[in-house]
Amino acid sequence: MNKVIAVFTKESFLVPLVAIILGLLTGAVAMLAGGFNPVKAYVALLEKVFGSAYNFGETIRQITPLIFTGLAVAFAFRTGLFNIGAEGQFIVGMVASTAVGVSFDLPAYIHAPLAIIAGAVAGGLWGSIAGYLKAARGVNEVITSIMLNWVALYFANWVMNAFFIPAGQQRSEMIQDSAVITISWLSAMFDSARLHWGTLIAILAAIFFYVILWKTKSGYELRAVGLNPHASEYAGMNVNRNVVKAMFIGGMFAGIGGACEILGVFHYQAIMTSQPGYGFDGIAVALIGGNTPLGVVLAAILFGILTFGSAGMKFGAGVPVELIRVVIASVIFFVAAHGIVKIFVKPILKKKKEGGN
Amino acid sequence: MDWGLILSNLVHDTIVFSTALIFASLGGLYSERSGVVNIALEGMMIIGAFTGAVMTYAFQDSLGSLAPWVGFIAAGIGGAIFALPHAVASVSFKADQTVSGVALNFLAAGLSVYLTKIIFNGAGQTTTLSQVFSKWSIPGLHDIPYLGHAIFEAYPTSYIAFILVFLTWFLVFKTPFGLRLRAVGEHPRAADTVGINVKKMRYTAVMISGALAALGGATISLTTTSNFSHNTVSGQGFIAIAALIFGKWHPAGAMGAALFFGVAQAIKSLVQIFGLTQYVPTEFIFMLPYVLTILVMAGFVGRSSAPAALGKPYDTGSR
Repeated sequence: MNKVIAVFTKESFLVPLVAIILGLLTGAVAMLAGGFNPVKAYVALLEKVFGSAYNFGETIRQITPLIFTGLAVAFAFRTGLFNIGAEGQFIVGMVASTAVGVSFDLPAYIHAPLAIIAGAVAGGLWGSIAGYLKAARGVNEVITSIMLNWVALYFANWVMNAFFIPAGQQRSEMIQDSAVITISWLSAMFDSARLHWGTLIAILAAIFFYVILWKTKSGYELRAVGLNPHASEYAGMNVNRNVVKAMFIGGMFAGIGGACEILGVFHYQAIMTSQPGYGFDGIAVALIGGNTPLGVVLAAILFGILTFGSAGMKFGAGVPVELIRVVIASVIFFVAAHGIVKIFVKPILKKKKEGGN
Repeated sequence: MDWGLILSNLVHDTIVFSTALIFASLGGLYSERSGVVNIALEGMMIIGAFTGAVMTYAFQDSLGSLAPWVGFIAAGIGGAIFALPHAVASVSFKADQTVSGVALNFLAAGLSVYLTKIIFNGAGQTTTLSQVFSKWSIPGLHDIPYLGHAIFEAYPTSYIAFILVFLTWFLVFKTPFGLRLRAVGEHPRAADTVGINVKKMRYTAVMISGALAALGGATISLTTTSNFSHNTVSGQGFIAIAALIFGKWHPAGAMGAALFFGVAQAIKSLVQIFGLTQYVPTEFIFMLPYVLTILVMAGFVGRSSAPAALGKPYDTGSR
């Protein structure tokens, strides 16, 4: 029992937890200021998510891309890079999988994996542009990846308009049935919620994340570079190559996420007027998850529930859905400024120390 | 075809599109010159566009054509207040400045639409404003053929933006305040040693940054769109960051870059009018500012180097 308490009072666990609570409280204050009942709203949120099989299935659908983009951001973080470009990597993953999904006519066991691999490679290459510029020319990856997000958005629209969208339409042709990764029997069980193999791939990706970083030599190098690039250099590691590698693998996660969104959920790609947002949410997911694979999965579940459940807040308590963005923003803010959180955490840690002695 | 008229219109539109970018990139300049990364320009612009529109809406019936001015000033104040958490996190709590900026961008996008829906009974955008800024023609000068329409018939906010470029240059490079600002951004330890209050300078810079970026946002809602919705700003804060870097953290450079990116937007409508889209897809024109920024940062088009202490929290105890 003491062991359990020890896990829950560890700082790495407490800071995100307190940040989440502070974020929800900030949301509650915003709701009170707007004349809403926060308790009723949060209850309505949970009722929406857990109220019906369809909504529960759709929540899983919402969680899946967040796992991918969360992993994309977290992986680069481990090598000391801030991958703010998961958004763009996600988008090019969508483009590549749509291209493969629409253009080829292959047996399903080749077509679907090929479309996913195309998304992974596209996302990886897109990510490694920022990695290469960092390694070869010393350019801050934050700014380049922000810029690449917007380039990806317009690039995607151009590719769709030029090659895949029939004249006068706003979305591409449907992908071939052989590239679809929707699980129809599972969908049927959840009242046709859009469930797909991508969720399983996301879990496998999280395991892959763990194995490569903590069980392989190249993962050791990636982490070493993240902890201290100078020491790694002296130890004979090629820092630049690891930077590009980290961005490539991170980009792959996001790219697969984009591919699964097309192949499993929409089956077509539409013209985008703004960023889809999964990449940005991935930053929040990675931060809350402490850049660990298990943490990312748990944080993705939380954010998936919050974003999908926000529609319930609107229905049940009249609260505009945007409120949940305020909650997520506050959570990110409190994780960033963990100095503020520690003011709240300190008394708990102190108590534990006194109790232990 | 009157090429003079076409060119005149192009310059005219360029100034309209560039104004918001000039305000915001100048805002970014103060913050980054003091050593605080500000990728929250987008969020600060959103708050400005929102505050400007809502305050103008509140006063347009009672104050008439003065209302946009009230909205504009309120936006500046709102932006400064909104920037405060960024300063608290990055200066006092030594938070990761990029993450804090990301949080503010999220917050602005959520909060502005949330409040809009509360104020306007669930609608995702404000009603169209009956009072917005109208263009000022400079007496005498605007009668000059072509040039008059191009330069001397602009929104008052555009004139203010150009004056601010000069003021910022003067303040940053010709006054003790500017010297301190730059010292804090280049070498905070040295600045601290000679008695400059690093924290105070950085707080001031971040709040000026918020105010100016918000004025940029208000410029959009009070001149071109006449309302506020979720996509009023749509990425212009990031173009402003691009302009700041492209302009090498110098006011005149930032203005030049903002004008250049403004041309890219103005040309877009021109390209559509002449049916040139079959040769140059509009998507590529949209992409241009971002691609150019990457090329500049990579040193392919002239080197651009940031203030030395940019992004580094100042810790009095460290070496």
